[in-house]
Amino acid sequence: MDWVNAIVQGILLGGLYALFAAGLSLIFGVMRLVNIAHGDFIVLAAFLGLTITSTLGLSPLVALALVVPVMAAIGYVLQRGILNRTLGEDILPPLMVTFGLSVIIQNGLLEIYSADPQKMSAGSLETASLSLPGDLNVGVLPILMFVVAVAVIAGLQWIFYRSSLGRAFRAVSDNQDIAQLMGLNKAHVFGMAMALSLAVVGIAGVFLGIRTSFDPSIGPGRLIFGFEAVIIGGLGNLWGTLVGGIILGVSQNIGAQINPGWQLLAGHLAFLFVLAVRPRGLFPRID
Amino acid sequence: MADAVLSTRSLEACYGDFQALFGVSIDVYPEDVIAIIGANGAGKTTLMRSITGLLVNKPQMVTWKGQAIGALRADQIARLGIAMVPEGRQLFQSLSVEENLIIGGQVGRKGAWSLGKVYELFPVLKERRNVPATSLSGGQQQMVSIGRALMSNPDILLFDEISLGLAPIIIKSIYEALPTIIGEGMSAIIVEQDIVKAVSVSSRVYCLQEGRVSLEGRPQDLTRDAISAAYFGV
Repeated sequence: MDWVNAIVQGILLGGLYALFAAGLSLIFGVMRLVNIAHGDFIVLAAFLGLTITSTLGLSPLVALALVVPVMAAIGYVLQRGILNRTLGEDILPPLMVTFGLSVIIQNGLLEIYSADPQKMSAGSLETASLSLPGDLNVGVLPILMFVVAVAVIAGLQWIFYRSSLGRAFRAVSDNQDIAQLMGLNKAHVFGMAMALSLAVVGIAGVFLGIRTSFDPSIGPGRLIFGFEAVIIGGLGNLWGTLVGGIILGVSQNIGAQINPGWQLLAGHLAFLFVLAVRPRGLFPRID
Repeated sequence: MADAVLSTRSLEACYGDFQALFGVSIDVYPEDVIAIIGANGAGKTTLMRSITGLLVNKPQMVTWKGQAIGALRADQIARLGIAMVPEGRQLFQSLSVEENLIIGGQVGRKGAWSLGKVYELFPVLKERRNVPATSLSGGQQQMVSIGRALMSNPDILLFDEISLGLAPIIIKSIYEALPTIIGEGMSAIIVEQDIVKAVSVSSRVYCLQEGRVSLEGRPQDLTRDAISAAYFGV
């Protein structure tokens, strides 16, 4: 039964990893930008949630209503103000600049919040659980996170393939010059993509902060989980990213079940295995 | 004669250190169809990129209805009513046929062209509206590309090498459809390597050679020898 439990918990954890990864996948798909600071933005969102919950006395889930738009605004301004200037033939400048941002965010958070681990409290929701047949107990919060992750992926999928914004994303991704001839301002379209990416980061950050304790240094670790989920699932495929997150979560929990020290190792091994067998991921969309 | 709608004045366009155009001046009058001919590397596509804003120049080098637009971005110029059917069609491969057309219309200019009208002109596109645009044949892709440009209800339409890579019979039918496509009140610039085709539909011809205008005039005033000399520079 322990094994079944580990797998179920792993699947639910995979939802959170998919939330880490979805924003990365989105901006890579639209503008071929790899955001090294992605994990640090997740942590920034968690601290933002912490500040809002502690000063306004709101529940973290209500705080989402503030964190998400603030993160989206940061994303838009960041893209228009800085990142658009780095995009071009050379892939190195955006890597350098987002790496620099990563360092700045980590140290900025350290300055403001110190290195002490923090946590957001979601009250009774954290301990509520559902009894499933076969002696399984599943926390309501992990289920909620998973459901939100699926909803976010479905929402992004809808935006990407059914809305005019998504049409603009795909057009700019296909051919930037011709997209401009259609009256699309690519600086704005990229800004919207980054806004959407960081909106998802806002959700991911708040859930991270409810689920575990966090401090300013954990961003790069979340970035790795996000990267691994994207690569396992295949570039440019959002549902694939969800599957990638689930594979990562399940492997980690199975590893932890064998030996508590093997949790992270098992996840990385699963990633390496997929990379060796299917270098382009399980369900690639982008060549 | 009425004022020109579109003019370039001493246009000097560069890619980095490489200068592709040296003082090119052309005028397009209302309802004018001009042909721009010239060999490979003469600067035809550079001229198109300069007019559409894909290549940014000094403001006064390109004027549209009296407004200096040389330094505007491509998306701003598209909103003014300048549309292009680019060389090699360049459809969006992640978009369906219909999405390619819709995205052409999203600059939001009012006019005669709509999805329905484009499907009327090219019925085959309606049948295949939901397939990825790049799965169509070359000729059908050219129809999508033309339809996409028409959807913005432009005042001037630029055709860059529309016959490139297409079967002669397709080229023939596209040129037969051109008078319908370039409807009332619309001007056009046709860029071609095929001199006979270009001259047959145009009211004036410019020949480019190594980034300069080497010849201009009405087709009936130009002799074959003069065109050859201007084209090849011999």
